[in-house]
Amino acid sequence: MKVMAAPPETAILQVDDLSVCFETSRGSVQAVSGVSFAMAKGEVYALVGESGCGKSTTALAVMRLVPPPGRIRRGHIRLGDEDLLALSDEAMADVRGRRLAMIFQNPLVSLNPVYRAGSQIEEAISLDSVPRPVAWRRAIEVLGRVRIGDPAERALRYPHELSGGMRQRVMTGMMISRTPDLLIADEPTTALDVTIQARILDLLMDLCSHSGMALLIITHDLGIVAEIADRVGVMYAGSLVEQAPVYELYEDPLHPYTRMLMRALPRLGKGQGRLETIPGSVPDLIALPAGCAFHPRCPERLAICASQTPVSRVVGGGRTVACHRGEVDR
Amino acid sequence: MPMATAPQAPPSWPLVRLDSARKYFPIRGGLFGHSARYVRAVNNVSMTIERGETFGLVGESGSGKTTLARLIPGLLRPSGGRVLYDGRDIARTHGGELNRLRRRMGIVFQDPASSLNPRSPVRASIRRPLDLQGVRGREAERRVLETIDRVNLGREVLDRYPHQLSGGQQQRASIARAIILNPELVILDEPTSALDVSIQAQILNLLQSLQEQIRLTYLFITHNLSIVRYMSDRIGVMYLGKLVEVAPAEALHDRPFHPYTAALLSASPPLNPRLRDRKRYRLEGDPPSLISPPPGCGLHPRCPFAVEVCSERTPPLVEAAARRLVACHRWEELTLKVGPGA
Repeated sequence: MKVMAAPPETAILQVDDLSVCFETSRGSVQAVSGVSFAMAKGEVYALVGESGCGKSTTALAVMRLVPPPGRIRRGHIRLGDEDLLALSDEAMADVRGRRLAMIFQNPLVSLNPVYRAGSQIEEAISLDSVPRPVAWRRAIEVLGRVRIGDPAERALRYPHELSGGMRQRVMTGMMISRTPDLLIADEPTTALDVTIQARILDLLMDLCSHSGMALLIITHDLGIVAEIADRVGVMYAGSLVEQAPVYELYEDPLHPYTRMLMRALPRLGKGQGRLETIPGSVPDLIALPAGCAFHPRCPERLAICASQTPVSRVVGGGRTVACHRGEVDR
Repeated sequence: MPMATAPQAPPSWPLVRLDSARKYFPIRGGLFGHSARYVRAVNNVSMTIERGETFGLVGESGSGKTTLARLIPGLLRPSGGRVLYDGRDIARTHGGELNRLRRRMGIVFQDPASSLNPRSPVRASIRRPLDLQGVRGREAERRVLETIDRVNLGREVLDRYPHQLSGGQQQRASIARAIILNPELVILDEPTSALDVSIQAQILNLLQSLQEQIRLTYLFITHNLSIVRYMSDRIGVMYLGKLVEVAPAEALHDRPFHPYTAALLSASPPLNPRLRDRKRYRLEGDPPSLISPPPGCGLHPRCPFAVEVCSERTPPLVEAAARRLVACHRWEELTLKVGPGA
């Protein structure tokens, strides 16, 4: 079943019923199962969840960069009026450079070690037929925008001459230099110190509110989500179990998994109570439990949870939840 | 002090004491490998860790917190100053005596792989400290079983290899190895940074119960301000190899005295979207190099409150209030507030 979380006419990204699997010798790994969400222009949407929940695979699917043996088995992905899964590889490559960009946790994935920091951004900018000298000037401007001190000098440095935090900012600069419609950031600040992280997050939010760029941020860090997201999708074992505006999600989480995750966070001082833990462990994606994938760990499970997969339902206020319990309670 | 008999009243000196401890690493340079330059990883740090407390040490990468932690068990020798464990100077302790001191300390690293041998079943790694002490056979097995019970690991994991364990199980096994000799002090270096939230909660809870059950003292190193507050009695903040502030955890969060502490606290996401608009203290630029730290206060080039004296004289770490130390020329004039603690 499809659930629209933002009206389609304003959606910049619309993902419908996306399923991605990896065929392995052990069997078919269901990395993403029936994920649907939409993002508006200028919106910051966070996909959050623990390792292996499918959040990164979802992002790679939007980029059409799911590595083999993975493949998109089902679903639709639209960027504006473009049906991404129907595009030729060439057309998709063009969309990727122009309208869609992605920053990764490890900036060395995207930076070429033999080119100066400024040249890499200059090259990205000159793809829009901007003359080189102008592109170089703009590259230096971009480095300033990503809060790199002394940008004219740093533009001449090679990636290995820069600190990890600066490399991350150079890559971010490269990705935003052409102002994409949608920027995907996969754990963009995990390797960074908090003061640098704060600056990158400020910068990304700034871009969204001023240029209308939409940001899909993939993270396991509920602190970062609280800091920058407008709306949040919580993933568990390949499924989107809950979607909500950020304030509602933190104040009144509806899905038992989200609730337990929130209570597992250390928010207090020493001796002010134990943290909640989630019993059991994440299921094997090759042999997902029948019914709701969370039911074996769920303290609130009903009989139906072991046999029927809960369908994502709109519960008002821009929220969706996939839980049988909610059908009775709310 | 004899090991077997627990004294009725603990000694009056702290379990760990650093007196102007320094650790400089020479940088190879010059034609013949002469090294005139140093990385000042730990630069004149004085602090204590009291028996039974959790001392949290926070700071960003390159602040020197991990180097400091390695000075305490003597894994690194100080370049200057003294590191005392239970009153004894680690640098003047050798051979069997150093071994006896070291077995009173355990260490847990961020990456469990650094304490678990990938080629042996987990039992061998957990038992290894006992082997080194000459404890063998049934006694060793008894203590292995007792210890894995304490960390809530099932016996079935003992015959598995580290890669067959989940991240949480691996970290429990590392903790088991660290506590199997019944140490007094456990040094925890980012023990949950590689773990998911739900597993992190399990490990933090476990560490707290272990502390209550077997009266451990912790040195807890992390870059995560929410975790350090949850775990610590007192917190020390490091910047550029120096301790810039020490305070009880709640006091530090309610009212930091040092601008760097305020910047660190206000930069760390508070797990509550309503606090997005909190007051923020922002630092200029990037941290300077440890090889040529700025003169005066190391923070002055980035500090929004810096005045002339800050670039001229290094502020000493002074007692600002009961149980509170700060190294800032201007702490008395500044009223730093990071908003409701989250």
